[in-house]
Amino acid sequence: MLDKFVDVQNISMNYHSTNGETEAIKDVSFDIANGEFVSIIGPSGCGKSTLLSIINGLVKPSGGNVFIKGMPMFDMPPGLWQDMKQPSRAEIGYMLQRDCLFEWRSIYENAILGLEIQKKMTERNLAYADELLAQYGLGEFKTYKPSELSGGMRQRVALIRTLSTKPELLLLDEPFSALDYQTRLFIADEVGTILKKEKKTAILVTHDISEAISLSDRIIVLTKRPATIRNIHQISIGTDNRTPMKSREAPEFRKYFNKIWKELDVHV
Amino acid sequence: MYNRDENEICEASDMTPVSAEHKAFLSRLKKRRVLILATQITLLVAFFALWEIAARQRWIEAFIFSQPSRMLTAFINLSTDGILWRHVFTTVWVTIAGFLLGTIIGTVMAALLWWNRFLSSVLAPYMVVLNALPKTALAPILIVWLGNNVKSIIVTALLISVIVSIITILNGFLHVDPEKIKLIETFCGKKSQTLFKLIIPSNIPTIIAAMKINVGLSFVGVIVGEFLVAQAGLGYLIVYGSQIFRMDWVMLSIVILCIMAAVLYQLIVMLERKFMGWMG
Repeated sequence: MLDKFVDVQNISMNYHSTNGETEAIKDVSFDIANGEFVSIIGPSGCGKSTLLSIINGLVKPSGGNVFIKGMPMFDMPPGLWQDMKQPSRAEIGYMLQRDCLFEWRSIYENAILGLEIQKKMTERNLAYADELLAQYGLGEFKTYKPSELSGGMRQRVALIRTLSTKPELLLLDEPFSALDYQTRLFIADEVGTILKKEKKTAILVTHDISEAISLSDRIIVLTKRPATIRNIHQISIGTDNRTPMKSREAPEFRKYFNKIWKELDVHV
Repeated sequence: MYNRDENEICEASDMTPVSAEHKAFLSRLKKRRVLILATQITLLVAFFALWEIAARQRWIEAFIFSQPSRMLTAFINLSTDGILWRHVFTTVWVTIAGFLLGTIIGTVMAALLWWNRFLSSVLAPYMVVLNALPKTALAPILIVWLGNNVKSIIVTALLISVIVSIITILNGFLHVDPEKIKLIETFCGKKSQTLFKLIIPSNIPTIIAAMKINVGLSFVGVIVGEFLVAQAGLGYLIVYGSQIFRMDWVMLSIVILCIMAAVLYQLIVMLERKFMGWMG
């Protein structure tokens, strides 16, 4: 029934400054099915992150609208959706580039920050956060301070902080870019596996082609600023029990990599 | 500062097995620390000893410059009839009141200005001017307005510390990582939640730094206030003593002020350590 979980329609975005107007995103439309993992890839500074903030409802676009389960995120065009229910933003989880853990809180207190803010500190939800911490190897670090953990562990805490509010849709804004290469491979694969297991719909913004291929069902390639859709790739990798690690080893991997590399049109 | 770093090195080393080389390193550190402390104490003792000798040998006029032994006599005399303690107590509580009020009002005002960017932009030039204005110039006006009493002294102390507190703390509030603010927004947090769960907790070190500045400033305000109001307190004792040429009273008061400032500052350093430990 929910074949269009997220429906992005004709989004455009202009930035205003005293120096004038910059067109960041121009007429971008796509949709995402329930349970699908979609990556958005594009040259740096092309407005990928802005697009994610728009889908989350944090930033209002200059034009177009986003529908979550058919409900409009913005009152655009003004007045058209007056009687329609807005989607609940609490059901959208957002993972940022850096872990943003609060240094003065313990790991446990960081993990339940979302529940605390949304006033959902019920016994069941707290138990769920506990369970996630234990499941992903952080059970014994609950009383630790973020500064005592490694970068990879911190990023895992950030993921649990996002997951503990039980979002239906996850937005990942280059969540691995601050990690060193090995940790990054490991955590990206781990997060991909976790999200598959928890059956979440997810949108990942990245500039890392192999990360996108290994994790996604579909990849949306954006052009340079102003961002428009260059191409959309359905990723079908023929391994059973596909995991991010297995995907990297599949023969199709190279094919997709070369195609997307060409489309990104990198000039140094 | 140096002492603290060295302390940390020693504490960290407790966990590792100790090699001979490491032992030598530790004992060198310890020696250095002892040497620094010993030199500090020697300097202090030498200063007072030289002062005493200079006065006894008539190199300086003890009537004008006073001398440690006279200060000690003055201390015993004044403290046995309780006059000294009354003055010390007055200065201490007024300073603490001014300093706490300065910090609390400074933090609240900073929060308000953080909340309302329009207001903070409007007030910015006024804050700059008020910050540069020597606030002690306002003390005589305050006495006219609020009366020749302790209220005027507290307000003087408060005025001196509050503006710089607002500026320092607001600056800290405005420099909180925007990604962390975004994080709260992604959880649909309200602005009040951003303030109480992020902005204020992450700025505890800024607030403590402001407190450190405020202790000194509050003392300035209190002493100036006591000079003018002239009823009680060490400031009053200094003015009165100099008028009747009891320089031993004046010098004694200044020494006591030094000790009080050191104690208050140390209390804040202890508070800071407690919070830093708490913040990991």
